[in-house]
Amino acid sequence: MIGIEHYVVVSSILFVLGVLGIFLNRKNVIVILMAIELILLAVNLNLVAFSAFLHDLVGQIFAMFVLTVAAGEAAIGLAILVIYFRRRGSIAVDDANHMKG
Amino acid sequence: MGAWASLRLIAAEDILSLVGLLLLLVAGWCGDKAARFITGACVLALAAAAVFTVPALTNGVMGHDASVFFGQYAEDSFAAYAKLLIYGAAAAALLVAPAFFERVGAMRAEYPLLVLFATLGMGIMVSATDLLTLYIGLELNSLAAYVLASFLRNDGRSAEAGLKYFVLGALASGILLFGISLVYGFTGTTSFIGIREALHGGTFGAGLSVGGLFGMIFMLAGLAFKISAVPFHMWTPDVYEGSPTPVTTFFATAPKVAALALTMRVALFAFGTQAHAWQQVVIFAALASIIVGAVGAIGQTNIKRLMAYSSINNVGFMLIGLAAATPSGASAMLVYLAIYTVMSIGGFVAVLMLKDAEGEPLETLADIAGLSRHRKVLAGCLAMVMFSLAGIPPLFGFWGKFVVFQAAVAAGMVPLAAIGIAASVIGAFYYLKVVKVMYFDEPANLAVGKSGWVHQAILALCAAFISPAGYLLTKWLGGLANLAASALFHVA
Repeated sequence: MIGIEHYVVVSSILFVLGVLGIFLNRKNVIVILMAIELILLAVNLNLVAFSAFLHDLVGQIFAMFVLTVAAGEAAIGLAILVIYFRRRGSIAVDDANHMKG
Repeated sequence: MGAWASLRLIAAEDILSLVGLLLLLVAGWCGDKAARFITGACVLALAAAAVFTVPALTNGVMGHDASVFFGQYAEDSFAAYAKLLIYGAAAAALLVAPAFFERVGAMRAEYPLLVLFATLGMGIMVSATDLLTLYIGLELNSLAAYVLASFLRNDGRSAEAGLKYFVLGALASGILLFGISLVYGFTGTTSFIGIREALHGGTFGAGLSVGGLFGMIFMLAGLAFKISAVPFHMWTPDVYEGSPTPVTTFFATAPKVAALALTMRVALFAFGTQAHAWQQVVIFAALASIIVGAVGAIGQTNIKRLMAYSSINNVGFMLIGLAAATPSGASAMLVYLAIYTVMSIGGFVAVLMLKDAEGEPLETLADIAGLSRHRKVLAGCLAMVMFSLAGIPPLFGFWGKFVVFQAAVAAGMVPLAAIGIAASVIGAFYYLKVVKVMYFDEPANLAVGKSGWVHQAILALCAAFISPAGYLLTKWLGGLANLAASALFHVA
């Protein structure tokens, strides 16, 4: 029998993977965008699982809002990435270091 | 309360969203030619929204009377206080922008609109009494802010600032959301009142479970990102330095007010019955912010970067008020917030006024060497802002620190207040360094460019507020802050 704990464990693992994807990744920014999506998906899984567990619809409505905002966020992230690439000609994470201190 | 009555109560948000959408059409139709007109219209819309917000400031509407849309949203004195600060800061960021962007040919119609929508989002943030409204407001603000940071799209530093702000902001939102999902799961509700009751131990609710504790900590971590408290501050200097200066003026003031107000409502109201569980986290963040903000600023040569560390430092002092978790602590925080906002606007407007003969903006410490010889008034104002940020009496910045420490001592947190006062001495070093460079170093004679009357008027207003004359306002400001703070502790 799959209970609420299993869902929470899976979503926690996904969340940690997403956070690690942002911090350990030294390659390029697209991977960071994917890691952010992974975090948001972990949250959605949590919300929907709790919603079913609590017999309360709010969690599922919340998940719809999160999906919508995630789409907007990805669009803005890619747009910023495009203007960044135009200036630098690279999207490697290690190149984003013109300001330091 | 029905939908129509609710819409009447949130008149300020109605105005901002309708005017914003209308002006978006104007921008689409007329293009960048209309940028100046749209800027003016946005300032007027903010003024109108402020007029509709003022009554809620004093008429004591709180609790059930001010709860709109079935408890999703509160139009209480606390929200009104924060909103007026936000509207003022946004208006300042709009007014100083055209001169800056027109010089590089980047005064596009999107700038005032993005500021307006970000302001709308911040209004929703400070009014939110439900996790869903909180999230929508936060994202409306953040998404507009990411674009604003990278607004000078031909400038590599601006693009880098936008990218960094986006990645870390999105991570912060993700952490906050994960916390929200856990809090929802372990309390069974998304409304702040419901969470408060569920977390109340004993006969009312289940108390704090391990999952709920995790959710609470994740939420506070996400919010700490947004207010740039240590250890989640690393984006602040880069974003402040890279963003165009009018945008930095905006970032250092309005979103900070909104995020701090949101943190206060979440911590003191939603998690108010479990204050002892988050107090130690806030105490750590407060002390770490004060120390890192003070030490990190010492080696900086860029004034915007220096102001970024100064804002981290100031957030630390405000968090001391939060750590007290008392009505007087919250009230002290609100007083500090108002003074900090005015000081920051003054500081950044002064930086905006530093231009060389060709109008090229200057922003390093070397550029302002000997500024006092040829720009006496500007140097005087900047020195006043620096003394005030350092909290040196008789300037008004001292009052903010004083009330915060008073509240901390009254709540029995004497060691916290003592360490805070000791660390503020470290901070005084770099503020005084700016003053020393301006008054005693060999003149560089670089900052000779003149600036418009709008900048001068805003700087004069800020300088008047932080001058010793500001103490005439302490009673009035304190009364408003007390009323606002009482809304957070008012449980209907």
